[in-house]
Formats: sequence, C-alpha cells, structure tokens
Amino acid sequence: MKIEVNGDAQNVLARNVEDALRELGWQGARVATALNGEFLPKAARATTDLSDGDRLEVLAPMQGG
Amino acid sequence: MMGDFYGVTLNSPLMLGTAQYPSPAVMEAAFRASGASVATVSLRRESGQGQAFWDIIRGLGVHVLPNTAGCHSAREAVTTAQMAREVFETNWIKLEVIGNADTLQPDPFGLLNAAETLAADGFNVFPYMTEDQVLAQRLVDAGCKVLMPWGAPIGSGLGLNNRYGLKTLRAAFPDIPMVIDAGLGLPSHAAAAMELGFDAVLLNTAVAQAGDPVAMARAFGMAASAGALARTADPMEPRDMATPSTPLIGKAWL
Repeated sequence: MKIEVNGDAQNVLARNVEDALRELGWQGARVATALNGEFLPKAARATTDLSDGDRLEVLAPMQGG
Repeated sequence: MMGDFYGVTLNSPLMLGTAQYPSPAVMEAAFRASGASVATVSLRRESGQGQAFWDIIRGLGVHVLPNTAGCHSAREAVTTAQMAREVFETNWIKLEVIGNADTLQPDPFGLLNAAETLAADGFNVFPYMTEDQVLAQRLVDAGCKVLMPWGAPIGSGLGLNNRYGLKTLRAAFPDIPMVIDAGLGLPSHAAAAMELGFDAVLLNTAVAQAGDPVAMARAFGMAASAGALARTADPMEPRDMATPSTPLIGKAWL
C-alpha cells in the first residue's frame, strides 16, 4: 500500500505500523511515531492498521537548543 | 539555592543546548568543560543519525530536557511533547510555541493553551516565554512550576534585553524557579542573570558558534556559578555618589 513516511512516498507490504517500521529498517530503533498528525504510542503500533494515503512520521533524538 | 526543578536540584545553574557544534566530539568536550547539568535536545525525522546522537547524550550523564522547537501551534507542540516523552523517557518538556518567524518570540496564547494540556497530562512544563507578568501568572495557574523567560530573541546574543521586566518578574514570583532561556551572548550576560536572582540559564548558540566552543562553555559555566554565588552573598546597593573605601582617619598631614 502507498503511504507517506517522513514526507516521502513509500510502498509497504505491512498492514500495521509496527510491521511498517520493521520493513523500513527501524526495528528496535529509538523512535517516536505519529500517524496523520496524531501521536501514536509505541504500545499501539502493532494494533494500528495502515490505510492508503496515511501519513507516518518517524522521529528520532536530534540536536536541539 | 539552585532551585527545585520539578523535584530535581541541579548541581550547576547552566543548561546547555546540543545543536550547531562543529562536531559531536566538540559538543561532548564543551559539556564536560562547562559542568552543565542539563542538555536540551529535540526530535526530528529519523535520518540515520538519531540513534548515535542519543548514545552520546546518555554518555554525558546530565538531565535531558527535550524541546518543541519549531512548533508554531499548540497542537503541534503537544504532539511533539508526547512523542518526546516516549523517546527520551522524561516528563520534562521545554515548551516552545513560536509566534513570529523573525523574532522567534513565543506565542503567549498558544503557549498557555499547550501548557494547560500538557500539565494536565502529567508533563513537567518548562515554558519558553516573554517576561510578561500576566502570562507568567496564567502559566503558573495552568500548572507550570518552572518559568523560562527569554533574555533576548533566540540566537541573537543580545543578552538581557529588558532588565527591568526580568527583575520585576523575578520579584513577582519569588518561589517559582526561573531559567533565563535564549538570547545570551556572553558569559557576563549569564552572570548578570544569576545576580538578578534567576535560578539557571539556558543557552546554545553562544557556546556552539564561538571560535572555541570548549573554552566558551567553561567560561559560561564559571560565570553562571559566579553569578549564583554573588546572589547568595547579598550584593551592595549601587549609589550615585562616591564614598571612599580607604579610611580617612589616620591620613598624614602633608
């Protein structure tokens, strides 16, 4: 299915967010997720199904002031 | 006294940002030289460097204060804060809701709105704010137990832009720990903030963009501590007229 990951179009086989993260190479990574602008807690990733056109944000620790 | 930041007593009044250093190694060295007790961090789209950065931050052994930098609405800031809490495993959040792209000054309305939501959700909010006293009261009412008034616009290096306003704010809320956040350019600015009675200072650009960030970090650490010590030593009142410090009694008749 076609989703948007961090602003880029991606084709994923995964049906839920947890599987999508694994497919995209972020398994076990320290990241936080938001789906369509809403925070998606880690514990809810496996039970949250993806739909065509979903916007997934995958954020990681970064430098900041 | 070093202030009680949501139950945490800091061993240095210096909070330091982690951005804009020439290299991660320089950043690490700057932290060690400064003795800073808190590191501010952010969340950005994972580009392959986030995991290594997190390892460096953990190695610093300081408290981590995630920010919501770049957020221009309460909604965006709240979502970022929720994500930051999960990634950094802390309830601390430096809440930034920017209201103007040129001055990067906080949007007081969005800030209050986001602070209310986050405080009710168990966050320990450090609101980046102007020195407005009414806003301060509203933020305290919303559940903020720390306030972070700006010294000057972020990255400007102008120092304490409104000394009178900051002094008034400090006096109005004697029991609320306050951090001067943003706009400091020189160690003397940090010392001045601490002498005014603020509990800590937070800066980034002044150290990271200095020709020698490590030396500047050390200077800021020393200045902040010197200012804090001076505050506890009860500074003299300035006066307009001179008074001789050397005794007149016993002076020779020449």
